[in-house]
Amino acid sequence: MTLRVNDLSVLLGGVTIVREINLMLEAGEIVMLLGPNGAGKSTLLKALSGELPFQGQVAMAGRELADWAPSQLARHRAVMPQKVDVNFPLTVEEVVAMGRPRTSRGKPDTIIDRLMTELDIAHLRYRMVPGLSGGEQQRVQLARVLGQILDASGPRLLLLDECTSALDPSHQQLVMEVIQRLAKEQGITVLAIVHDLNLAAQFADRLVVMQAGRCFCEGGAHDVLTHSVLKAVYGYRARIISLPEGYPLVVPLGSGSAQMASGNPSCRQAS
Amino acid sequence: MIRDAAGRFGHTPALIIVLCAAAAVALLSVASGAYPLAIPDILKVLGGREANDPVASLVLLEVRMPRFLLGFLVGAVLAVSGALLQGLFRNPLADPGLIGVSAGASLAAIMVIVLGSTWLGGWLAFAGEWALPVAAFFGGSATVFLAWRIANRDGQTQVATLLLSGIAINAIAGAATGLLTFYATDDELRSLTFWTMGSLGHAGWDELMIGAPFMILALIVSPFLARPLDAFLLGESVVGHLGYPANTVKKAAILVVGLGVGAAVAVSGLIGFVGLVVPHLVRLVLGASHRVVLPFSALIGGTLLVAADSLARIVVAPAELPIGLMMALIGGPFFLGLLMRRKVV
Repeated sequence: MTLRVNDLSVLLGGVTIVREINLMLEAGEIVMLLGPNGAGKSTLLKALSGELPFQGQVAMAGRELADWAPSQLARHRAVMPQKVDVNFPLTVEEVVAMGRPRTSRGKPDTIIDRLMTELDIAHLRYRMVPGLSGGEQQRVQLARVLGQILDASGPRLLLLDECTSALDPSHQQLVMEVIQRLAKEQGITVLAIVHDLNLAAQFADRLVVMQAGRCFCEGGAHDVLTHSVLKAVYGYRARIISLPEGYPLVVPLGSGSAQMASGNPSCRQAS
Repeated sequence: MIRDAAGRFGHTPALIIVLCAAAAVALLSVASGAYPLAIPDILKVLGGREANDPVASLVLLEVRMPRFLLGFLVGAVLAVSGALLQGLFRNPLADPGLIGVSAGASLAAIMVIVLGSTWLGGWLAFAGEWALPVAAFFGGSATVFLAWRIANRDGQTQVATLLLSGIAINAIAGAATGLLTFYATDDELRSLTFWTMGSLGHAGWDELMIGAPFMILALIVSPFLARPLDAFLLGESVVGHLGYPANTVKKAAILVVGLGVGAAVAVSGLIGFVGLVVPHLVRLVLGASHRVVLPFSALIGGTLLVAADSLARIVVAPAELPIGLMMALIGGPFFLGLLMRRKVV
């Protein structure tokens, strides 16, 4: 068991944002968090990444998070925030290297090269990060985050907050395939917030759907991505097609409210 | 070639150039002034031998050496403090003046100048000639402590609050300084004005003894903050993700800046631009990693201030210009030039 979350709640300014979450994550498992905006996904991830205080127990490899030394934890838990703004002239290589533990002087770090090649940023190596596109910057940050835990031994947890949001479709596939391969080959556990339901269906071993701070339901893509769940959580109508590849495809049919608003202008005036 | 693949200067050639420049400026600084010294005499005295000119040894060891050392230390500390704050605030416009250190130190100094003959007579009698620098040092440290107390909530240091409280402290200190200026006599006004323009004119071994320990401590501690400060450039949350104690780093950086700048202002008055311009220049040429920015800022900041001080003594010899004015006169147009030539930030 890489990560065990018991009764986790997060209170911010007297408001309970996340309520009584229970989660078990095995080594090599990819679990994706779904849910509407404001459901508490990012708050849950921030609690697990040590940014926010929480109530309840979170244990990694059977040891409470608070019992880990921060520098040791950094080699076993890596976090990719939703947005990382870089305002200073750092090169791609410098940012990726920040995730790496200190190496002996002058010894080239082969993991940096490998990750940059795999994530298709090797050609940007000496470019300044502030000058890159959003998608390129996202891949740079992901390389930094992966390098942090890649060669550590023992349990490893990767927390990703919308790590593909700025990527074009082909790079989304590339990045998710890299993450999937690392999970399966290296036993890295992945907990990722995703908004693209089809990306989740394609790559997740398990989906957890959150709504209003609680866990609404969890399970495989076929169990979770159903008409009733999508309707209840997102208020969203969709056609769900079972693909021969073994995962469902969700085709949106528009939200009811938007249709109403566009079909009847007086509706918007009234509100 | 001397430029690396990212189009930056190599560190080794840059270090050689900077060290040569520092050595040249050091010689210029100890040689020039109202009583010019010959280079062979300087080398003889430094080598422990008798100089041809008997006065040379006295001028060099009692006047020029402490002045050079103090100038170099002050420049180095101001530049490193600027670099630390810019990293901490993730803002290339941050400056030691920003969190109110300089304002607090100068208010205390001006209080000693203006109220020394009346309300603060006791302090002046007690501290003697050390009254002004020691007061400035405590003023600067007290300001940092106040800003720090305001910005600390539940064990977390709120960087934005620190910035805002700095603005408020600057305003309050500015108003109090204005009030004191209003009531100052002509003589007090004159020494007050000279002090706010910055000067190394009082530099002696005594001033060095007061300021150097804190400034050297600040310079020694700052390199240990380099790696976590690099992480700060990616955002405060990332510092924690990478396993660095973000709060400890913040507190250490603020303390280093408070002590260092407090001591620097105490011995030399207000000297602007070094903290802003030097780290910019280093980042432009050598990149933004603090492992490079901090040591090079120290070297270049020290060299620049000593060069400006030499120039301030040469242009209107035997009198001298206030070095704060000199720095602003050189630094301002230089910075504008950088801005016009390319994007600095």
